[in-house]
Amino acid sequence: MTDATLSFDEAMEKYDPVLGFEVHVELNTKTKMFSSAPNVFGDEPNTNVNEVDLGMPGVLPVVNKTAIESSIKIGLALNCKIAETCRFARKNYFYPDTPKNFQTSQYDEPIAYDGYLDIELSDGEVFRVEIERAHMEEDAGKLTHMGGAAGRIQGAEYSLVDYNRSGVPLVEIVTKPIQGAGSRAPELAKAYVAAVREIVKNLGVSDARMERGNVRCDANVSLRPHGRERFGIRSETKNVNSLRAVEHAVRYEIQRHAAVLDSGEPVTQETRHWHEDTRTTTSGRAKSDADDYRYFPEPDLVPVVASREWVEELRATLPEPPAARRKRLQADWGYSDLEFRDVVNAGVLDEIEETIAAGATATVARKWWMGEIVGRAKNADVDPGQLGVQPATIVELSKMVEDGKINNKMASEVLDGVLAGEGTPAEIVQKRGLAVVSDDGPLLEAIDAALAAQPGVADKIRGGKVQAIGAIVGGVMKATRGQADAGRVKELILERLGVEA
Amino acid sequence: MTENNELIRLSAAVLAEKLAAREVTAVEVVQAHLDRIAAVDGKVHAFLHVNAEEALAVAAEVDAIRAAGGAAAEELHVLAGVPIAVKDLIVTIGQPTTAGSKILEGWHSPYDATVVERLRAAKMPILGKTNLDEFAMGSSTEHSAYGPTRNPWDLDRIPGGSGGGSAAAVAAFEAPLALGTDTGGSIRQPGAVTGTVGVKPTYGGVSRYGAIAMASSLDQIGPVSRTVLDSALLHQVIGGHDPRDSTSLPDPLEDLVAAARTGNVEGMKIGIIKELHGEGYQAGVENRFNESLDLLRSAGAEIIEVSCPNFKYALGAYYLIMPSEASSNLAKFDGVRYGLRVLPEEGPLTIERVMGATRAAGFGDEVKRRIILGTYALSAGYYDAYYGSAQKVRTLIQRDFEAAFAQADVLISPTAPTTAFKLGEKLNDPLAMYLNDVATIPANMAGVPGLSLPGGLADEDGLPVGIQLLAPARQDARLYRVGAVLESLLEAQWGGPLLEKAPSLTSASLTDTLASHGGSH
Repeated sequence: MTDATLSFDEAMEKYDPVLGFEVHVELNTKTKMFSSAPNVFGDEPNTNVNEVDLGMPGVLPVVNKTAIESSIKIGLALNCKIAETCRFARKNYFYPDTPKNFQTSQYDEPIAYDGYLDIELSDGEVFRVEIERAHMEEDAGKLTHMGGAAGRIQGAEYSLVDYNRSGVPLVEIVTKPIQGAGSRAPELAKAYVAAVREIVKNLGVSDARMERGNVRCDANVSLRPHGRERFGIRSETKNVNSLRAVEHAVRYEIQRHAAVLDSGEPVTQETRHWHEDTRTTTSGRAKSDADDYRYFPEPDLVPVVASREWVEELRATLPEPPAARRKRLQADWGYSDLEFRDVVNAGVLDEIEETIAAGATATVARKWWMGEIVGRAKNADVDPGQLGVQPATIVELSKMVEDGKINNKMASEVLDGVLAGEGTPAEIVQKRGLAVVSDDGPLLEAIDAALAAQPGVADKIRGGKVQAIGAIVGGVMKATRGQADAGRVKELILERLGVEA
Repeated sequence: MTENNELIRLSAAVLAEKLAAREVTAVEVVQAHLDRIAAVDGKVHAFLHVNAEEALAVAAEVDAIRAAGGAAAEELHVLAGVPIAVKDLIVTIGQPTTAGSKILEGWHSPYDATVVERLRAAKMPILGKTNLDEFAMGSSTEHSAYGPTRNPWDLDRIPGGSGGGSAAAVAAFEAPLALGTDTGGSIRQPGAVTGTVGVKPTYGGVSRYGAIAMASSLDQIGPVSRTVLDSALLHQVIGGHDPRDSTSLPDPLEDLVAAARTGNVEGMKIGIIKELHGEGYQAGVENRFNESLDLLRSAGAEIIEVSCPNFKYALGAYYLIMPSEASSNLAKFDGVRYGLRVLPEEGPLTIERVMGATRAAGFGDEVKRRIILGTYALSAGYYDAYYGSAQKVRTLIQRDFEAAFAQADVLISPTAPTTAFKLGEKLNDPLAMYLNDVATIPANMAGVPGLSLPGGLADEDGLPVGIQLLAPARQDARLYRVGAVLESLLEAQWGGPLLEKAPSLTSASLTDTLASHGGSH
């Protein structure tokens, strides 16, 4: 069953959206939150576990000090206050992804609270998002439901559980209700999650890869008629795990809520599941007062004490904040304001930085990402970073162009080959027979033919109108079926005509 | 009496000396205890598992090292080769750990508790695992899923609980030493009713890593022995910081053995806790308690009275905090990863239903009672009234102790209000059972250390009475200092250890001995 929706514009005419986000950040500590087992993604199931992660009888947790440091850094980067002492609590519920049948999590005493983040929207407008708190907790294991449809628990014959992720340190960042974004709410949602992701990546405390679940977002949306103070009833869309999906999910929920409210029905307070394929949400679990987690302070752990000296020491080690970094990068790369904003909005700042670090010039890196890759990502409907283009590939391709081995058109074709998994650029060039004609002999023949075919143009060039050379180059390229190096062709034409470049 | 019978009656300290002097071998000592277990444990049922092969192997290793001499022999721990029994709440590689529950029947831990690692490092042969109330929930060992342990003084009576197995094993000369755990008195009360010594160290003084948790903020592992010195020796082996237990104290361990050897109470102020004797305490218990006070006075101690008015709330608060923590700690026993798994007899096999069927079949009534109590106390809307208020009482009890220790160096009370009751007597009256811990619970609530030692036999039933000493947190040494003095004064009166008056348990002399010990000394 598909839910009714209003168009976004209609929804905006009548209602004012209020947003709220819970962003879970997996920390990239060497070991887990409360055990010495490795915190590694992608290993064989149930290999990165010890007796603590499995909830064996008699085990005790020990807090990972690096995780505390990372959490304090995140708190500081979010302009939060850092609690001098705070505690963990037990959140009690029976579910087999949680081996102790309780999750050790901070509850009423978060390590960081009362912060804010200034979010720059695509046109440069700055929107302040207030942070309620950032608290520490442990991740649960991963359940795989077998035998049912679409991996859902309903109808499954049995479930497999992988405890590798069990106990991985998480920081949950919770915003205060975000009001006043109006029609920019979806855009703000994406920009906020992007900013959090950027911050934790910049801090080096998380791998921040959304596709691996390093950063996971639960998006809360409610609507209220324009002019009303009181918030509407909210829905919480769980695990919206790409930046684009955050924007789409918020937009969809606004449209769905608007239709519900228009029908005169109350919105159901519930969790919603996001479906990337249809870009819709479906009803999950109803949130009710029946959820009683019986929180109480974790008696196996002593309070976490963050002395002011320690906090200041950590503050001093914080890297440059992303906004300052952007300013610096723009200056370093020499991009215009417009060029730079396009790069930021396309979400390829990190990728360009990595490409430059790998050896490309700022111009080349921008040309590739903005000119080639962003468009492909749009066609594939994914974030540019998710296409899997390696900085080294771009460096290699641009070097081939510079060296005259291939031209830009071929390079674009080679990139397609790389993305299709055909091999390295060099292998693809060879496989597809894409080498530019670099032997001057055949080129000169083609040049002479082109000059002879367009004597008027040749005269113009001789007369100093060098820009007319394009017509001759075009003729040569046509004759060589695009395999010539345009630069070399130009050189040879000028040489032939005795004109100084 | 055979030579081996003499070995089992020796204290750990004396055994250690004889082993070091190579008067006996560790294999002989271990074998003597295994023989004793074989002879009497059918009656006492102190052990759930006997670890003969490994114990003898460790003993043989110690003997080989001693025989070879040199640096390795020099470096042997003083207790190397002295055997020990371990409460079956503490996990061990190579032996089952059941916690006295059906839900863990047949489960083998993949890791050793920190205290077990330390026993192994000291090369103390582990004789086996001792019986307990299921998950340490009880004061009589009757709540064990594997049948009760019996009191060596009278096989119709309870050995105390939850650590009745460890206390009975030591009292019946099946082991010179044992490990216990004490959440509300589970080391001290069994010590009291079996005429043995038991110590609950300062909270955090001994690592809890590998002790299956009942109530994390109250649980503490401690020594069980027949003499004060032996407890100090064992405490020294197991105590000290453990990075795997966040609540473990960072302080270096005091020299507890020296404290036990140089006991002295002269000029010491010893406080009687007004609220922990008198009404509700058996006359014979009171009499032995008063005699101990006289002896301490005669040795130069000043006996004063202190009041701890909030102790009257301790039992009530304990029965909120303990079940609350237990309800959460025991959630992991669900049949998913280890232990018993029971499938519902009919209906769909959902995870909730399998967990439910497993827990319904695997837990005994007392465990279920406490899980239900704790789940209720932590529920939204009740938390503040129950768990929250209980935590406040806890603070008040800590303040009472602080005020009392401002006046007295150590405090003293009977360990339990009565001597050992009959098996079955209180089984259907949980509240009466809970009252048995009224004098021991305050120490757990405040985290302070407590020691129980034999104070003689009650006039009316001829059964052992326990005397409890309490000291400020981290001052465990005071317990040994005072305990050793009182023990030597009492033994001088009795003309030897109290346990010499216990029945021998070997068939021929059992009835004779039972008939012969009527009085207190």
